[in-house]
Amino acid sequence: MIKPSARESAFAGRELGIVVALVAVVVAATVAQPTFLSGQGIHDLFLNASIIGLLAIGQALLVITRNIDLSVGSVMGLSAYLSGQLFLVDKDLPVIVVVLAGTALGAACGAINGALVAIAKVPALVVTLGTLYVFRGIDYAWASGTNTTQINAYQMPQGFLSLGSGSLLWIPNLTLIMLVVLAITAYGLHNFRAGRELYAIGSNPDAARLAGIPTGRRVFGAFVISGALVGLGGVMHAAYFGTINASVGNGRELAVVAAVVVGGVAIFGGSGTVLGAALGALLLTTITSALPILGVPAFWQRAVDGAALLVAISLDRAFMVRLAERLRAERAVRRAG
Amino acid sequence: MTASVPPLLELRDVHKSFAAVHALRGVSLELHAGEVHGLAGENGAGKSTVVRVIGGEHRPDAGEVLVDGQPVHFSGPRDAQQAGIAVIHQEPTQFPDLTVAENVFMGRQPLRSFRRIDRATMNERAAALFDSLGVPIEPGRITRGLSIADQQIIEIGKALSAEARIIVMDEPTAALSTVEAERLFRVAKRLAESGAALLFISHRLEEMYEICQRVTVLRDGSLVTSASMADLTRDDLVRSMVGRSVEQLYPSRDADAGDEALVVSGLRRTGVFADVSFSVRRGEIVGLAGLVGSGRSEVARAIFGVDALDAGTVTVSGRRLPLGDPRAAIEAGVAMVPEDRREQGLILDLSIERNATLPRLGAVSRWGLVRRSRERDMAARWADRLGVKRGRLADPVATLSGGNQQKVVLGKWLATEPAVLIVDEPTRGIDIGAKVEVHALLSELAASGIAVLMISSELSEVLGMADRVLVMHEGRLTAELSKEEATEEKVLQAATGGAQ
Repeated sequence: MIKPSARESAFAGRELGIVVALVAVVVAATVAQPTFLSGQGIHDLFLNASIIGLLAIGQALLVITRNIDLSVGSVMGLSAYLSGQLFLVDKDLPVIVVVLAGTALGAACGAINGALVAIAKVPALVVTLGTLYVFRGIDYAWASGTNTTQINAYQMPQGFLSLGSGSLLWIPNLTLIMLVVLAITAYGLHNFRAGRELYAIGSNPDAARLAGIPTGRRVFGAFVISGALVGLGGVMHAAYFGTINASVGNGRELAVVAAVVVGGVAIFGGSGTVLGAALGALLLTTITSALPILGVPAFWQRAVDGAALLVAISLDRAFMVRLAERLRAERAVRRAG
Repeated sequence: MTASVPPLLELRDVHKSFAAVHALRGVSLELHAGEVHGLAGENGAGKSTVVRVIGGEHRPDAGEVLVDGQPVHFSGPRDAQQAGIAVIHQEPTQFPDLTVAENVFMGRQPLRSFRRIDRATMNERAAALFDSLGVPIEPGRITRGLSIADQQIIEIGKALSAEARIIVMDEPTAALSTVEAERLFRVAKRLAESGAALLFISHRLEEMYEICQRVTVLRDGSLVTSASMADLTRDDLVRSMVGRSVEQLYPSRDADAGDEALVVSGLRRTGVFADVSFSVRRGEIVGLAGLVGSGRSEVARAIFGVDALDAGTVTVSGRRLPLGDPRAAIEAGVAMVPEDRREQGLILDLSIERNATLPRLGAVSRWGLVRRSRERDMAARWADRLGVKRGRLADPVATLSGGNQQKVVLGKWLATEPAVLIVDEPTRGIDIGAKVEVHALLSELAASGIAVLMISSELSEVLGMADRVLVMHEGRLTAELSKEEATEEKVLQAATGGAQ
């Protein structure tokens, strides 16, 4: 009886659109090089998309509330570096302790961002542009202070490295972690008051306050959760690559924001899904992997991320204009009827 | 009214000051169950402050607020809501990306196990709510694109679902067409019948007489009178509001129409309007009536070139305009005062003089640089001519009252010395005193040879001002009536598509 709203069905369409684009890229790459779609190829695709996907899920929470976090690359770098340093101190440290420590560090960075945004009322764009450099600076200072420019795989325990490279039932561990996080956040956003309140805040901040929503607390919470996911992503990066220096995650913020926007989360808040954001991450990763196969040098990757961001925002704009026109037409029809 | 039952809400001798401004000086007010109580007064009389005190947004400096005879102290909107008070703001505050049902229940969604939101129940309850209001709105659709009238119904739904017994409506009809307002009145009456107390604020006196049983009049923050509506004639009411008798809301004027200044023919924007042809002569005021959404504003925007046209021609003073080019329209002498002055007509944070000279920067510039002294001179000339009360021309426009803001918008365009002036809802949301001045101004402009096209939802304004009335219905012109022919009935009939 109750039809899905125009917007909801349209965004289901958006997710379908990403899948279609994904298939197109995969088909093109497979034609050029049949091994692209081999078991190993798919395995690698998902593995590569997992960390960026995790970051995109966190970023989506913030963008939905009409905020943004540009410091994700730096936070991820800090957390990855922390993982390495912990093992330098004690190589026998349990893996779970390192995972929790990295996640907590990310949450702490998120709390700093969140406090500046929610309590000091500084726009998120400015706050996180600042902390992007502050956190990165701390990372570099730490590296030079301890005289450790690089931490290598042999300095880390095998159990930690296999977290990054291992799989369970053919699914890479990191992908599993990302999927679990995706399922939990998607379910939470849809089914709990706090989740809907994030949408309300992004849709109309003033109305959210009038409706009695604790907007500051919610935004702060979103920053902390997103920070924790970025911290987790940093640990995953350390486990996956096994080589860590102070520039891990440099410039990742562009790819993360691009993934979120390509995934259909409105840049001015209020709509979009974490599933879309994760799919956006998968699409961008796949394009990046397909570029060399299609004869495009890999150093075009950032240009492609940027272009995808522009195309997605332009499409959203065009879509909103069309939606507005359609709603107006519907109203006219209703009036007539 | 039985005297033994305490009023649902009572204000006793409430005072409130903001810095040096004494906004309320001893206001008392009683809202009884089953009663619609009007709150009248010019802009700045203190109506909004009363609303904010009741809604918990402001705390009174002195005096008491009582609910059910018990003194209450609200420390925020939340407290007021919990005491059963709901304020329906002039501009509805919606979440455009969320569904109607979510808007109604935000923060109070029905829950199932593990504190999860029970969507099915939520949608059912919302549907039942709108049914009980007699206004079917699909609970599952997003709010974006709903008319202001529908958004207000959602606000009322919100109030009902929170079981509010005291409902404050702050100028709910300012943006509604007659039909939509009628629907709102039906809902309001039904609420009162079911035992709620309503406080109704409006600038339209007819509405007060239609639905209010009692009225309280404020002037300059003081209580002037509180009386039964039946005991108060229209003249009494106006006199108590403005402190003087308004001789005539609409200036009399001998229409001395000259050549055709604006001729439009065969305008069509697919899906919005079609076959729109008419002309406006110099010195003539032509009223364009119709319901909100009938395409009136869209036609105006298309003539001015803001919106694209699919077909048709626009001719100004014999010159055909290129379509979709506002610059060409301005150069040809067309000026437009848009419907929403806050969003389209003014840059609120900019000073009065900057706003006033914006379309005429060329005239106050030399070698591409704006000369401040000339800018100030030009703004001062127009502010004087329009009678804009102003502290300083350098103050931001946002500090002016609605009526004065509207005059700045008018002044801004008049500075271009137009041949054709298009005004869309020129007196929406401004008080009677300012209305009279705007009307006088419009008629003075017409007398000086400007062709005026006036869009208005207020029937009495169209009938009082226009030499000729055009009526639109669903994107088509359905009637053209001379001043003599135009009656309320005929215009309404044409506007609702009834038989001629």
